[in-house]
Amino acid sequence: MGSKRLLFGCLIIGIFSLLAIAAPLVSPYDPSSIDQAGLLMPPSARHLLGTDGLGRDLLSRIIYGARISLSIGLIAVGISVAIGLVFGAVSGFYGGLIDSLIMRFVDIMLCFPTFYLILAVTAILGPSIFNIMIIIGLTSWMGTARLIRAEILSLKEREFIQAERAIGASSSRIILRHLIPNAIGPVMVNATLGIAGAILVESGLSFLGLGVQPPTPSWGNILIESKSTLGVAWWITVFPGAAILTTILGFNFIAEGLKKKIG
Amino acid sequence: MLTYIVRRLLGIIPMLLGITVLSFLVIKLAPGKPVMLQYSLNPKISLEEIRRLEKLEGFDKPLHIQYLNWLKNLSRFNFGRSFSDGRPVTEKIIERLPVTLAINILSLLFIFAIALPWGIKCALKEGTFFDNASALTMFLLFAAPTFWLALLLMQLFCINLGLLPISGIASLDFEYFPWWKKLWDLGRHMFLPVLVSSLGGFAGVSRYMRSNMIEAMNQPYIYTARAKGLSEATVIYKHALRNAVLPIVTIIGLSIPGLLGGSIIFESIFAIPGIGRLFYEAATMRDLNLIMAEVVLVAILTMLGNLIADIAYAYVDPRIRYGKR
Repeated sequence: MGSKRLLFGCLIIGIFSLLAIAAPLVSPYDPSSIDQAGLLMPPSARHLLGTDGLGRDLLSRIIYGARISLSIGLIAVGISVAIGLVFGAVSGFYGGLIDSLIMRFVDIMLCFPTFYLILAVTAILGPSIFNIMIIIGLTSWMGTARLIRAEILSLKEREFIQAERAIGASSSRIILRHLIPNAIGPVMVNATLGIAGAILVESGLSFLGLGVQPPTPSWGNILIESKSTLGVAWWITVFPGAAILTTILGFNFIAEGLKKKIG
Repeated sequence: MLTYIVRRLLGIIPMLLGITVLSFLVIKLAPGKPVMLQYSLNPKISLEEIRRLEKLEGFDKPLHIQYLNWLKNLSRFNFGRSFSDGRPVTEKIIERLPVTLAINILSLLFIFAIALPWGIKCALKEGTFFDNASALTMFLLFAAPTFWLALLLMQLFCINLGLLPISGIASLDFEYFPWWKKLWDLGRHMFLPVLVSSLGGFAGVSRYMRSNMIEAMNQPYIYTARAKGLSEATVIYKHALRNAVLPIVTIIGLSIPGLLGGSIIFESIFAIPGIGRLFYEAATMRDLNLIMAEVVLVAILTMLGNLIADIAYAYVDPRIRYGKR
């Protein structure tokens, strides 16, 4: 069951990643070129997924949008895992005052509904792809930190760590060479779910107009237009959302599969 | 029980301080002067005017003094004036808060009224077609962006079927309706927002309830109950259910940040004048006083939600009260 899900998830994400990487080769049109023949054309042989209100090819915009959405998800999670690893490892390994300080900080961070914090910061720094990656990363590391801390707390007392200590290994060596590699499994699961979460946040943010700015296409900002074309052009609502849904499903499948594999 | 409550209440003091420090720093440490940010779109403003405004808002003082002043005002619920229209921030928030709270509380009730029985049913029918189909549906619901579901449901109910109004919380001629029609009108307007904001939580809670119930059904005390010859209904509803439902109390607390965060998106989709939309407007206008006030407010609401859930959990489950220190 686990490996089937893993395979299925990898297949979905693999296809989307390939499309994203090879966007200029596979997309039928330039994502910003305008077809004079018509705005809001329904799906047809000429435009497989139809065109938007400016006459741009929806399929090409979704393919280019995959680039933005996937890379924001990956990099944001990279940042959040890095922060979570450092805080969690330090907290779990040293314990005591440092531990309680870091954990109180985590508690406080968890009180802020992420979306409020993200929106507040983007409002001040200004929305750009770079800012969004960093802000999502900075506001989503708490889960990883708690996870790593819990893993390290239980690993710390195991014999092989005691043995390592007995032969005089330094703290940093124990943390980097032994504790983190052994605790990485659950973190991978968490990170995979994190990518899905980051993509959802990015799409919501862009949908509100405070994320990726047009004309750069992202799955969220393509959907902005669907508010005004509701009932007129169903394809503008259905396809970008379906792309988000499929990607999130893909990452969730991978996470579930990994979880089963790890045990 | 009382000592537990007092201990928890004392614990929120450092949390409150932390929340205010963090909200303050997030806004203040951002590059760019707040007054400049505010008026950067206004070409007519002069440098002297900016200096004057900065002095007025106290932005020329050192950071810790600014924080203490802000904290002092905050303790009197004075968050300063909104940059956009000069009205007190507190007043703006208070007039918008009831709608958001109403929708969130209705969503919570909705989630629990449906997700709990649903999860229990899945647990009792573990492995059947019903259970598997529901697992798949919940998986899909969990993965779908809520604002997209909102758009699809709007398309279906408001445009294709023409059953529900598309936005706002009341019809234009609301004031002239008799009370029963008012209630009906509010219900029609609230239906989609409440539904949409519950979907994510619904998926989570029903899955959680299912796994709790399955775990409870496999406990030794269930075998004992069965061995005693109790009826299956008593075993399920008295012995298993009561234990399985306990941890759900904490989920209420945990789902508050999600609901409040979701308010921003669905309030702007459905044009509902709540604090979510107010925050969105503040963010687009860079209305710093309003942004800071709301960030602190939602954080405190979240914290209180968690606190209430924890206390409720301790109340229903004595093991928590006496167990951990």
